Amino acid sequence: MSLIFAAAADVPFVPPLILIDIFLLSILVVVAVAIVRMRSLFGVVMLQGVYSLVSAAWFVTLDAVDVAFTEAAVGAGVSTVLMLSAMLLADRKSTPVPMRRQFGALAVVVLAGAAMLYAVGDMPAFGDVNSPANAYVGMDFMAKTAEEIKIPNVVTAVLGSYRGYDTFGEVVVIFSAGLGVLLLLGLNGNSGGWVARPNGQMLNDHSAPSAALSDSNVAEDPQAEDAQ
Amino acid sequence: MSPVMGYFMLGSALFIIVSMALMLGRLLGGPTLYDRLLAVNSFGTKTVLFLCVFCFIIGRPDGVDIALLYALMNFIATIAVLKFFNYRALDVDLTQADEAERGGAR
Repeated sequence: MSLIFAAAADVPFVPPLILIDIFLLSILVVVAVAIVRMRSLFGVVMLQGVYSLVSAAWFVTLDAVDVAFTEAAVGAGVSTVLMLSAMLLADRKSTPVPMRRQFGALAVVVLAGAAMLYAVGDMPAFGDVNSPANAYVGMDFMAKTAEEIKIPNVVTAVLGSYRGYDTFGEVVVIFSAGLGVLLLLGLNGNSGGWVARPNGQMLNDHSAPSAALSDSNVAEDPQAEDAQ
Repeated sequence: MSPVMGYFMLGSALFIIVSMALMLGRLLGGPTLYDRLLAVNSFGTKTVLFLCVFCFIIGRPDGVDIALLYALMNFIATIAVLKFFNYRALDVDLTQADEAERGGAR
């Protein structure tokens, strides 16, 4: 948005950037197809990191810098670690799903995509002055943030001050979600050699990671020796 | 920025994207996992370079901060993957890494 205002003010030269968008989006399509086709879950985790890196770069070209920050931190950083620690508990390869079980999922995806394409027609044009983002209270925030909050970034001011309680609630939710994920995955690794089968029938009782601490593995664990 | 400079920087950004596509080819067809790991790492570096060039194209050099964040995130992800390779665990203190390696097959 500020790019448009700056262009209206003193007209700096900007080369045609649509080429960059086309290249980045085609890389995204290739990576997405490869994620679906690949069987090695390790490669899938790496490709997901690449996907979120490229999509974050694309967010930057769309002038959505804060979204790109979040995508880079969550998608490329934390998600890779979480997926790897989930792989410590699961199989390394994915088995192909038979074709007749894929039609339902395909129908859901096609319907959702068609609904989104239909909804695109109702969106206001890019930079439209009568769009809801520009017509109502948005302009008040733009005008008064500098004197009320004294933070130059309007998005930060809205998130941190105008909607402070809302952001606080989000932080509580994300903290509890992260706590739950850490309790489930347990970043202390696969020291008990615990392998979960997908149908959940191959688990025996002494093979869970918590049971491994009371096992004979304690003597081999260097951190347990340090604790004594 | 003059038009010649603008098109030059656009061309360099496109070349960086082409090199990203080459890395993608190695990532998809790489025979071993180490090839893929190196390709991911190099892909992240290419993304950092692309963001630096792009921020100068649109005339806002303060976007280099995002490129710095990307470099840090890329490093964290690479460290996590390498620890996964070596120790089969992520909660390994790197100062005790040698002992953990001597301590047996984890």
